[in-house]
Amino acid sequence: MTISQIQDNIVEEFSVFDDWMDKYNLLIDMGKDIPRIDQKFKTNDHLIEGCQSKVWLRPEFRDDRVYFTADSDAIITKGIAGLLIKVLSGRTPDEIISADLYFIDRIGLRQNLSPTRSNGLLSMIRQMKLYAMAFKATGR
Amino acid sequence: MKDISEIRSDFPILATKVYGKPLVYLDNGATTQKPLSVINAVNEVLTGYNANIHRGVHAISDRASEEYEKAREKVRGFINAGKREEVIFTSGTTGSINAVAFSFGERFVHRGDEILISCLEHHSNIVPWQMMCERKGARLKIIPINDKGEVIIEEYLKLLSRQVKLVAVTQASNALGTVVPVKKMIESAHSAGIPVLVDGAQGIKHGVTNVADMDCDFYVYSGHKIYGPTGIGVLYGKEKWLTELPPYQGGGDMVENVTFEKTTFNVLPFKFEAGTTNFPGAIGLGAALDYVLSVGRENIRYREQELLEYATQRLSSIPGLRIYGDSASKISTVSFLLEGIHQYDTGMILDKLGIAVRTGTHCAQPVMERFGISGTVRASMCFYNTREEIDILGTGIEKVISMFS
Repeated sequence: MTISQIQDNIVEEFSVFDDWMDKYNLLIDMGKDIPRIDQKFKTNDHLIEGCQSKVWLRPEFRDDRVYFTADSDAIITKGIAGLLIKVLSGRTPDEIISADLYFIDRIGLRQNLSPTRSNGLLSMIRQMKLYAMAFKATGR
Repeated sequence: MKDISEIRSDFPILATKVYGKPLVYLDNGATTQKPLSVINAVNEVLTGYNANIHRGVHAISDRASEEYEKAREKVRGFINAGKREEVIFTSGTTGSINAVAFSFGERFVHRGDEILISCLEHHSNIVPWQMMCERKGARLKIIPINDKGEVIIEEYLKLLSRQVKLVAVTQASNALGTVVPVKKMIESAHSAGIPVLVDGAQGIKHGVTNVADMDCDFYVYSGHKIYGPTGIGVLYGKEKWLTELPPYQGGGDMVENVTFEKTTFNVLPFKFEAGTTNFPGAIGLGAALDYVLSVGRENIRYREQELLEYATQRLSSIPGLRIYGDSASKISTVSFLLEGIHQYDTGMILDKLGIAVRTGTHCAQPVMERFGISGTVRASMCFYNTREEIDILGTGIEKVISMFS
């Protein structure tokens, strides 16, 4: 599946629910099955400082593709990390760098799900793209 | 006292809906809402007599200057300061503390001296002192708190050494709600010859503040935390201090005579009000203080204590909820955490239910560290809140628990 197809699937999944509480429940569920970062990597090196909750994000570069694992101490944030991983993990650096993440607006993540400042959404995206650029530049 | 529906109708924003639900505003510790009289007062300045104060010879400048000075008189009366010269308008609590930290530091603090603050302080009453200490080679000492969130007075007394040049302490904790026995602390500091700054950011709207009775040397607060506009604040200082302290900002209005060789400064209070001040804000603050007095400060305190008791009871009945800060004397603030649920998650769901609370460290990281937590959820009430709103909060919290467990 392309990045766009995955995004479209997510948009469809969220569109089933009218009520924001149901959308939250979906996000909470997504947080439960994210590719979890190994406990030993939950260090300051992998910490993304969101304003209110901690997010750890770790990239691995295998066969020209970037794979992400993550965790957070807040479940909603974990769900948001899970969504980003679903879309961006297992992609080439170029795909990640150029990805237009339109699903964020379409499911109302930016406007409705949370103030971006407090959940670190933008910091997470920026960090994922930075990792991709680094892998592209160094080739490892 | 006015009945609650009348009070609520004085605050237009309280009729707002968020996500289709009535707004339940429980974030009064961060900022309070504005009554119509304040909104109208500011509106009147801007539509009726907006002109730079203390400068013009024309009618509306005179009017603006006059209203600005009337507001100063209202501030003076509200905290029972002795003289209008002792009341300086600033941008807020932070602006006031920075002013004192700079001016007092320049004049009185030297290498090896100490500044004493409590563990309860918010960042505004920590960072300016840290910056000053670094500049002057002084040290910042911290008065510890106990498990209830109260300042430990015995430890405080031990810390009042000869090196201490100033004590800066909050009247009430923004993060836990603790009311600090400032009067007693001032008495002890004074008997050691040490002046005290009281941070009234949270305390100003709690009951009656009387600086003459308290005998503090400086008292600071923000307009927006007592139903006034943002960007306006107050620095009260005893005349003897303000006379001795150098100005912290230079500019227009604070000068008497300027040549390129030498400038002589204007008299108090203007010495500390450089540039065009926020006069619409000051006039709005005056209107806010009038409003508070019209409701009655004792009435407000009584109502808020009632709400605090009700909220403490209601929230304590929820399994897995822990309240942080259980001093016998508190402002109407309840800080809590739900077992196993991050404060951010709690706050996000409450928001969707129309409930505005603060989550995080409340700009008081050292307090959170003291309790070994990364933050709390804080419901801060004031007299326009109702028991029904506390019930909505209670039900909301129960919903959060059911969603995350």
